[in-house]
Amino acid sequence: MYRGASGMYSWIGRRVTGLGLVLFLLFHIADTALLLWGPEPYNLVVRIYATPFFRLAEVGLVASVIYHGLSGLHIIALDLWDRAHSYQRQLVILEHALFLILFLPVAYVMLASWLLH
Amino acid sequence: MEVKLRIKRYDSERDEKPHWQEFTVEAEPTDRVLDVLLHIKSYIDGTLVFRRSCAHGICGSDAMRINGLNRLACKTLVKDVSSPIEIEPLNGLPVIKDLIVDMQPFFEKFRIVKPYLVNDETPPPVEWRQTPEERERFDDTTKCILCASCTTSCPSFWTNREYLGPASLVQAHRFIFDSRDRAAAERLDVVNAREGVWRCRTIFNCAEACPREINITKAIGQLKKALVYNRF
Repeated sequence: MYRGASGMYSWIGRRVTGLGLVLFLLFHIADTALLLWGPEPYNLVVRIYATPFFRLAEVGLVASVIYHGLSGLHIIALDLWDRAHSYQRQLVILEHALFLILFLPVAYVMLASWLLH
Repeated sequence: MEVKLRIKRYDSERDEKPHWQEFTVEAEPTDRVLDVLLHIKSYIDGTLVFRRSCAHGICGSDAMRINGLNRLACKTLVKDVSSPIEIEPLNGLPVIKDLIVDMQPFFEKFRIVKPYLVNDETPPPVEWRQTPEERERFDDTTKCILCASCTTSCPSFWTNREYLGPASLVQAHRFIFDSRDRAAAERLDVVNAREGVWRCRTIFNCAEACPREINITKAIGQLKKALVYNRF
């Protein structure tokens, strides 16, 4: 195992969340396509999303969207400004701080509305 | 102080797979990892093999993975790495024996980018002149010692051995941005190819591994911009 620095772990996070988002899109296209057979099969499948596993997966989905989006902005900054390369570590810290600031309140709202009702 | 080492041993002519061997030696905290390896080879196990030439961080021959990071053994002090010190060959190049890897695939990619000045114009009477600003554009990438630490730390290279790799792109940068050179367009064609600059995922392992502290990811970024804006 290569013990790379922050950039490598940020890249792994970007990859994992990217794959998660692709997986979600495939699911989403498939469940929406069920409407072609009428509302019954669609409602049946959508009811599965209310199960605890998919509730947690939804929180994971929000985490993936926020993480992948911020990671993309990080890469855009590096692509556009040479000077950003001298602040790579600070950018990784900023990226993860922003992720926590954006994700934690959303996760709280999602989980609280589920667990308290 | 007592230093423990775990060294990955492999003989491509005898062994089916690599194995770890442990050594315990006495060393000073300010000794280099290379000194410890030389001690093992001289006094404990003469069959251990590794490359080293200048032993002063200039030739780049003793690059290896030390505690999971690509480093030059001659520039890494024992006190700066935790014990046991794990030493492995560079990743992504075929291992010949112990810590010696086959550098041919690395140098093939180096040669592809024409790592030499191309200029068929009549030379000026005294010398090719450059302003400090013109020199500054490629100053960082002149420092490369071809140790392969960057290329063999790159996940894009591990998964695709056809990728030119950071070291080759550093050489391309060094000449593309040199005002005296006339083959920038040819080199840009090479780095713009499928296995060229666009395989870089800005992971920064290369810049972290470089013993000369070249900002390699920045150089690769400048190559990308040169291609997009056709400006160099």
